[in-house]
Amino acid sequence: MTLALALLIGVLFTIALYLMMRRNLVKVLIGLIILSNAINLFIFTLGRLVRGRPPLIPAGETALQPPYADPLPQALILTAIVISFGVTAFAIALMRQAYQVLGTSDLNELRDTDIQPRYHPDYHHAESEEEGH
Amino acid sequence: MLVIILSGFIFAALIPWLYRRFGPRSGWLFALLPLSWLVYLAGQAPFILGQGQVIEERISWMPSLGVELAFRLDGLGMLFALLITGIGALVIIYGGGYLDGHPYQGRFFVLITLFMVAMLGVVLSDHLFLLFIFWELTSITSFLLIGFEHQRYGARAAAWQALLVTAGGGLALLAGLVLLSQVAGSGLISVINQNGAVVRNSPLYPMVLLLILIGAFTKSAQFPFHFWLPNAMAAPTPVSAYLHSATMVKAGVFLLARLTPVLAETPLWQMLVSGVGFLTLLTGALLALGQRDLKRLLAYTTVGALGTMTFLLGLSDALAVKAAVLYILAHGLYKGALFLVAGAVDHSTGTRDIERLGNLASTVPQVALAALLAGISMAGLPPALGFLAKELFFESLMESTWPLYLSLGGAILAGAINFVVAALVAFKPFWGRAQDVPHPPHPVSVEFWLGPLILSGLGLVVGVIPALTIPLIQGAAQSVLQFPLKVKLALWHGMTPVLGLSLLTMGLGGLGWAIYRSLWQGGRIWQKLAPVGPAHLYEVGLTGLRRFAAWQTRVLQNGYLRFYVMTIVLTTVLLTGFTLLSRLSWLGVGGWGSIRFYEVVVVALMIMAAVVIPRLRSRLATIATMGMIGYGLVLIYLIYSAPDLAMVQFAIETLTVILFVLAVYRLPKFTLLTPSPTRFLDLLVAIAGGMLMTALVLVVTARPMVPHISDYFAQNSLTLANGRNVVNVILVDFRGLDTLGEITVLALAGIGVYALVRLTLGRLMVHFEGLEEEEEVEHERAL
Repeated sequence: MTLALALLIGVLFTIALYLMMRRNLVKVLIGLIILSNAINLFIFTLGRLVRGRPPLIPAGETALQPPYADPLPQALILTAIVISFGVTAFAIALMRQAYQVLGTSDLNELRDTDIQPRYHPDYHHAESEEEGH
Repeated sequence: MLVIILSGFIFAALIPWLYRRFGPRSGWLFALLPLSWLVYLAGQAPFILGQGQVIEERISWMPSLGVELAFRLDGLGMLFALLITGIGALVIIYGGGYLDGHPYQGRFFVLITLFMVAMLGVVLSDHLFLLFIFWELTSITSFLLIGFEHQRYGARAAAWQALLVTAGGGLALLAGLVLLSQVAGSGLISVINQNGAVVRNSPLYPMVLLLILIGAFTKSAQFPFHFWLPNAMAAPTPVSAYLHSATMVKAGVFLLARLTPVLAETPLWQMLVSGVGFLTLLTGALLALGQRDLKRLLAYTTVGALGTMTFLLGLSDALAVKAAVLYILAHGLYKGALFLVAGAVDHSTGTRDIERLGNLASTVPQVALAALLAGISMAGLPPALGFLAKELFFESLMESTWPLYLSLGGAILAGAINFVVAALVAFKPFWGRAQDVPHPPHPVSVEFWLGPLILSGLGLVVGVIPALTIPLIQGAAQSVLQFPLKVKLALWHGMTPVLGLSLLTMGLGGLGWAIYRSLWQGGRIWQKLAPVGPAHLYEVGLTGLRRFAAWQTRVLQNGYLRFYVMTIVLTTVLLTGFTLLSRLSWLGVGGWGSIRFYEVVVVALMIMAAVVIPRLRSRLATIATMGMIGYGLVLIYLIYSAPDLAMVQFAIETLTVILFVLAVYRLPKFTLLTPSPTRFLDLLVAIAGGMLMTALVLVVTARPMVPHISDYFAQNSLTLANGRNVVNVILVDFRGLDTLGEITVLALAGIGVYALVRLTLGRLMVHFEGLEEEEEVEHERAL
């Protein structure tokens, strides 16, 4: 099964990296999400695969008896999942806002810090003034 | 002494508040601090100078590095500390008047106080690294003070230049000091000075000497680093008077004097130090020809004076050291006074051009008097201190091994030019015909003439009664030479060759003054020679550096995410791949292991979903497919004994999909942006990255598991933390602080999302008319 998962990890990384090289912000974001899933799976697989032995101490015992699934990578991944959700939520909000204010999601047009706002619901009067040029 | 330094820093921190309370006239208040130090130092003077004692303070600071807060007040430190605190107090009072109404006046008081503390630290430190820290602090405060009027391009460029030259030299100095402390086996200057022979006999001695000299020469504006000093005149005049004439630029000279016992008396020292000093002496004098700005005239003669001091320290015999010390005192008094005079003239008339100034004595009589007294000293006329210093200078030249025609010729030439400049700066603006000035001259307040008058008056008084200054000179010279000696000073030595040399200098100076206009015409040649000067070299170097920086920013930081991702992936693949291949011998791949049908289905579905995603055109379908991967992951976690992960992944994946769907109609539609050859290249790079990860998984899992900390958690989860779910116990107990950090990050992300959603950027945007044009102009000028 490790071989199958190794293959899956490779495919996920490939697709994630490919998406992150796109110019469309949405695709980059989806790439980012797949990338964090791929990394989590990577860590999980490196922690070795154990079927049906979760790191739970059964009633009546005081410690885990081998074989058991390694709890440490699980704890790491748990943290990583939650943090990457924070990043994703922030990125979605940022992307939405950037698109509304700047009117583009093409990363090649977002290279400069001095890009001028093109469209915003609250920005009508300024926009009409600028229509001259 | 630690009290002095600490009180200075604390006081500097209080200044903004005090300034707001007491207003522009608070200069008088701020001057109390250096005055109190001055009183303290003067109180110690009989002990230090009279009995040749020292005061030492040592506090352990970084014992592991052998760095101590070691302070030591000896004769040399005393001379400098008196100059720093005395002139400092007067300059602060002066700044109260000079910068009256200036929006940054408060800032001036803070910076000048900080500088004063740093400079005191330099002269009082007994540890090489402590000295270095204060040394760099003076460079930084100097940078801030030169760029005081930072709206002006010239001020910023001059500040940069001064910082780059002195801090560049500072790096060399640091290396030199580290080497020196290694060779001498101690960082304490007083200890090193006892072991001079060890250092001088070390094979590293030339290296140590060269590095330290670069530091000292850049700081003290020695040839070929002299060019930053005249440009530093962009600073407000009290700053020029204090930092760039009386004190900071003498730090290099001070360092030479301080390390004389350990580094001097070798042929290499004599050749380098007196050679460079002599060149600087001539450079400063000759470059002064043709200058019309009061401050630049004074700046070039300051360069010359610093050269004289360096030259004398290079000779390093008893007479020369005495002359150097006396010269430091005399120069500090008259040059400080003259700079302050120049500032008062500028303030009164609005110009510093000598051709446009005249007959100011009736408007500003006190300033004129101060100028006259200081001018006498600068010109080297009796009975001022400057005369004594010059006599001693000539005397030590006569005794040196240098060929007389060269050393005396140079000294007389420089002395004569000094005479002319003194007349131009101290005499011409105040007497003779009135000229056209930007605004009618107005009288100046007491702050403007008090400082120069005290300084120049002192120069005259101690000239007439040299006995007043003998203990100071003697104490300072003794701590440089480290053996007791007697100093005799008198205005009248009798009919000696030295007197003849003095008369010759004065005669030549008088002649030069009579024909100064044609001399100044001749000075224009410097403008023609500028393209081969060291200042030009600096410009070329700086421009080259900027071009290089701009080029590499354009190439490496080009703003294309695609390029960044590619760089990261390729670098990782190359480095990691190389390591993998180079250790191929221990590579091994585990077999398929056991695999079940439903596992194959899950993995196959996920791979299919992943492969399909880049080809999808619909945003909603893309999100749904992405969700498939996430839920597939849930199943994998579930199968392989990670129920907690499965639950969290399930919840988070659902949330992500919902969030995406909610936002999706505000998101742009997909369009084909990249041509297909580029996409193919991207795919190749991505595949390389993916293959690397696959290879890594196989290589790592093929090796036996290394026993690690998980065992600890497995054994102690229940006994220590009373929890049966080991993963949960790790998160909330064993690594509870990490989880707290994670919660904080999430909370911040939440605040960020809220702010982004609520933010209405349009309302906050301020449009500056014409700002872009200005920036472009500045940018072009900078390049």
